Amino acid sequence: MQTRRTFIKALALSASIAAIGVPLGAHAAETIKVGILHSLSGTMAISETALKNVALMTIEEINAAGGVMGKQLEPVVVDPASDWPLFAERARQLLAQDKVAVVFGCWTSVSRKSVLPVFSELNGLLFYPVQYEGEELEKNVFYTGAAPNQQAIPAVEYLMSDEGGGAKRYFLLGTDYVYPRTTNKILRAFLKSKGVADKDIEEVYTPFGHSDYQTIVANIKRFAAGGKTAVISTINGDSNVPFYRELGNAGLAATDVPVVAFSVGEEELRGVDTKPLVGHLAAWNYFMSLENPQNTAFVAKYRAWAKANGVPNADSVVTNDPMEATYVGIHMWKQAVEKAGTTDVDAVIGAMGGQTFQAPSGFTLTMDPTNHHLHKPVLIGEVRADGQFDVVWQTSEPIRAQPWSPFIEGNEARQGL
Amino acid sequence: MPTGLLRTFLLLVCLIGTARAELDPAVVDGLGASDFQRRVVAIEALALAGEAGAAVVAAIEAGEFGAYAGRAVVVRGGAVMDLSSGETIDAAAADVALLRLNNRLRRALATAKAGIALQAGSDAERLAAARTLLGDASEALLPLFERVLEHEEVDAIRDVVLQAAARVELASPDAARRLQAVTRLGASADPAVIPMLRPFVSRDATGQWIEPDPAVRGIAEASIGAIERRVAFARQAATVFSGLSLGSILLLAALGLAITFGVMGVINMAHGELLMVGAYATFVVQGLFRMHLPGWFDWYVVAAIPAAFLAAAAVGMLMERSVLRFLYGRPLESLLATWGLSLVLIQTARVTFGPQNLELANPSWMSGSVELIPGLALPWNRIVILGFAVFVLALIWLTLQKTRLGLFVRAVTQNRPMAGCVGVPTARVDTLAFAIGAGVAGLGGLALSQIANVGPAMGQGYIVDSFMVVVLGGVGQLAGAVWAAFGLGVVAKFLEGWGGAVIAKILVLVFIIAFIQKRPQGLFALKGRAAD
Repeated sequence: MQTRRTFIKALALSASIAAIGVPLGAHAAETIKVGILHSLSGTMAISETALKNVALMTIEEINAAGGVMGKQLEPVVVDPASDWPLFAERARQLLAQDKVAVVFGCWTSVSRKSVLPVFSELNGLLFYPVQYEGEELEKNVFYTGAAPNQQAIPAVEYLMSDEGGGAKRYFLLGTDYVYPRTTNKILRAFLKSKGVADKDIEEVYTPFGHSDYQTIVANIKRFAAGGKTAVISTINGDSNVPFYRELGNAGLAATDVPVVAFSVGEEELRGVDTKPLVGHLAAWNYFMSLENPQNTAFVAKYRAWAKANGVPNADSVVTNDPMEATYVGIHMWKQAVEKAGTTDVDAVIGAMGGQTFQAPSGFTLTMDPTNHHLHKPVLIGEVRADGQFDVVWQTSEPIRAQPWSPFIEGNEARQGL
Repeated sequence: MPTGLLRTFLLLVCLIGTARAELDPAVVDGLGASDFQRRVVAIEALALAGEAGAAVVAAIEAGEFGAYAGRAVVVRGGAVMDLSSGETIDAAAADVALLRLNNRLRRALATAKAGIALQAGSDAERLAAARTLLGDASEALLPLFERVLEHEEVDAIRDVVLQAAARVELASPDAARRLQAVTRLGASADPAVIPMLRPFVSRDATGQWIEPDPAVRGIAEASIGAIERRVAFARQAATVFSGLSLGSILLLAALGLAITFGVMGVINMAHGELLMVGAYATFVVQGLFRMHLPGWFDWYVVAAIPAAFLAAAAVGMLMERSVLRFLYGRPLESLLATWGLSLVLIQTARVTFGPQNLELANPSWMSGSVELIPGLALPWNRIVILGFAVFVLALIWLTLQKTRLGLFVRAVTQNRPMAGCVGVPTARVDTLAFAIGAGVAGLGGLALSQIANVGPAMGQGYIVDSFMVVVLGGVGQLAGAVWAAFGLGVVAKFLEGWGGAVIAKILVLVFIIAFIQKRPQGLFALKGRAAD
């Protein structure tokens, strides 16, 4: 293990230095240090590398516009290598050694959980940009991704509606870890509250990296014979490709059995032959295909940045929901620092509530004054042949997050948050 | 494409005129309604409207169809036209609420198109249309089925339409028609029919039979039994096939290792990365075909066979010459060294091709599935890979058993000093044997690229499975690997059907541990002094 760690460390270090060109021996007094904690190697690199890129781009953009309170931002990039305990180690390094004012990072819930103790111990500030299962509210964390009521529940309501096909039976399929299990627990309770019987809900989990979906697709087919069925997929990472491929080859089209996914976005579809996916659904708070001036500018900026910084396959880079959330998070942090007049963590936390930002989703997003979550619009998109999404349904205005789902027992007392 | 559009346009131009007279006013009203469900019903009703319906369907698909002030309109070239009268309406195109297609509407359109094709298409089109309608058979389509049955002559199509009509007639108030429908449905193998027949053999809340006629009840009972038997058989057959398919993938992933580890005794931790090299070679070939030979794109997989083999063999040869040959007989060191090599290869791929997974398309002849018996559809890509596994296996067997090189390889691995004594160039044989093993791994990578993800770390996912197959099969044996791969595949699939994917994975590993405890030499063991 040691050899590998050192090797990766050395590589990540050289890569990060090369990537951002940190001027060695920068003058600490004139800059504000900002930590970026995303895996650049290992299984999560596929998703998290883009978040590091968009964070660096946003920091450049802010610096070009004069920085924060007249000071330039200095990014400190570390690579926790998709290794959950290493996340905590790197977070400690960022806070204690590099003395960063804020950290933007994490993707999987398990990585977030592993850094939480470090942030509360050292009173750091973390911006978490990914949709997650809720059931958490930390003073030191701002959640710029969606809570379950901003993604999963509206998606299921859509599937139930006439427009969404009026599904009567639900096949909940996920990877076996905390996010899918909690989400499905919430969804099961929600479906029951809508009068769906237990026999019409099937819950199936696969190990991480599962690639043989023959049996599961055959089961979906059999389950669908019992009535109008929709599949709700919380499959994470690589496994999505073999799943959709098997679905396509087995002749289950989106018009027969639609699959709505909560972890499949533009970035994930880049490595995929999208033919078998066309028509399947995804629920997010942002899609690259949205047409509004903010988004056009955002996409163009990221394309240009990728090209200028030699990102591999820069011609085909895409933007996605967690990237938008990262972008919004950094800007909101900047606004809060300027309002507070200091980068002191407690002062910034106090100033964050009520911040607004004109986001690439086309909506003005507000940071909730009490619950550290953004009010976000919910969009449901259908996969197009080019790997982009056509929005088929959306909320008319941003929805307030419910981090403590009312569909989980014991959360009744926390509904005001 | 332009000619297609032009044709659609011309068709529309001539048909909008005739459409007026033929379209049912109720349907036109429904199409313009703001209520989504009414629109869906109206679109489905286009199935009966013949060519006039086809024109509307084409307009909807082209995104030209919308509603304006409660009227169904077509927007074309900036002008807004009323659907039923064809008159131009004085309205801005921007004010029309264009109908946005989603899955539900696409399904309704598919029904409408199938209904139209069922009366006018070629034999194949009519059969496909009939199958589409089978899933969506509704009361509204019954007149269409009756019309078709009057003059349809192809038996296969008649059968499907009769089935579709029977599904609708289950709700008929006439007991004789219900009896006929229930009898007909007994010939089905579609599990979706079972819930339709259930009410015929159940009692309602007051304990009364829902179906009053005992004769219908009896036949329904028999029909359900017959369908369940067919479904159960198809299900067992499908499990066996998916087990064989999983086995063939395990075998392809493990065959290269069966040579390098099994026959030569090198613990090669970089085996997974050799699979990756094969898959990346396939990707490069795909790129070349896309750029230079787009007409032959479907055959890039075939051209990738030698490419994947040679690329992986070259990498393997390089590994053997530069590192491994100094480490023969020192398993611990070679384990560490090959692991290091695997990291180097992963990082090289990441730097050259980027960390993203690569897109590899299934050629069209490997997409879709073939229905062997009703209810048992086998995907083509899995069938092809199963065949490919057999092909590679035969190739290796022939090389090892029937060629001079194979003879040398066997001689060297059994007794190196003796082979050297009789003039076998052992060092060169080692290199070639390792290169062949690596090349076979490359072929495995090619096959995996058609099923699973291709990315820098893809090999990591297969290394455990590969060792599992080789160790279970018995080191030094190709036949052992074959039995182990197919056995594990089928067992894993039956376990998965019983307890789910997570449990199946755990049980398989537990089983292997127990088996190796009991029989450390694996399924098949070499006998005699060679086995040390």
